[in-house]
Amino acid sequence: MPDGQSGQQLPDASPQLPVDPDRPPFVPNVRTVRGRLDIIAVIAAGGVLGALGRYGLAVALPTRTGQFPWGTFCTNVTGSLILGALLALVVSRYAHTRYLRPFLGTGVIGAYTTFSTYTVEADLLVRDGHALLAIGYVLASLLAGLVAVWLGIYAGTAISGWGRR
Amino acid sequence: MPAVLYVAIGGAIGAPLRYVVDSWVQRKFGPVFPWGTFLINVTGSLVLGFITGLALYHGFPNAPKILIGTGFCGAYTTFSTFVFESVTLGKDGTARVSVLNVFGSVVVGLAAAAVGLLFAAAV
Repeated sequence: MPDGQSGQQLPDASPQLPVDPDRPPFVPNVRTVRGRLDIIAVIAAGGVLGALGRYGLAVALPTRTGQFPWGTFCTNVTGSLILGALLALVVSRYAHTRYLRPFLGTGVIGAYTTFSTYTVEADLLVRDGHALLAIGYVLASLLAGLVAVWLGIYAGTAISGWGRR
Repeated sequence: MPAVLYVAIGGAIGAPLRYVVDSWVQRKFGPVFPWGTFLINVTGSLVLGFITGLALYHGFPNAPKILIGTGFCGAYTTFSTFVFESVTLGKDGTARVSVLNVFGSVVVGLAAAAVGLLFAAAV
């Protein structure tokens, strides 16, 4: 790519996640989008796969009016688990790769999980007179998602230590 | 065109837009609070609320609903990054910021989705 900036970039060019468990916050130093067109293409490819995976799960577990949205819940919890493990592994083992984190983390898992469907589903539950179920859905997703990401980080850190002992 | 194609096109636009917006916001506001993900999830909730409302109250056709709603908004917003950032903020000893991120994102996101739904009902 004809730009003079990509050389300044840190090895894993993914400012998507500012707070890493084992590193100081990543500050992107490539100012233009043009210098990262390859990263953006890789994220778009991952985004296609992630969105299709989420759609597949939504078709398999359709949400019926007035019921707990299991499809989105399962998507968000599994995605959080995988993202935690993936980022722990990338930080400790694959920090030198340019495309792994943008493709799998920002692209596939970022697009697989969704926040907007979560909030709209909760609002629709309230609209349809199921306020308690809505509160349960909001809190259960939060709790399960936070635990999943924590377990994922724990597992990823453990896996990355195996080959090193 | 089959629905999976609409989902794929929306995902191909939503995910990279999230990256661009997040990079831009982080450069403006720094990495102390995950403003990028916050802004993305709130604006995405607003748009999805509006699209869902159009479909509910005005018979908005299914194809653009799947493209913009399931494909684009679904891929643009993200739950996994949101919880990951919340956990890592907590780990870094800024538990108060983490709690603020968790409840702030959810409360403002729910409100934004409601505004979208109500606006669609009103138009």
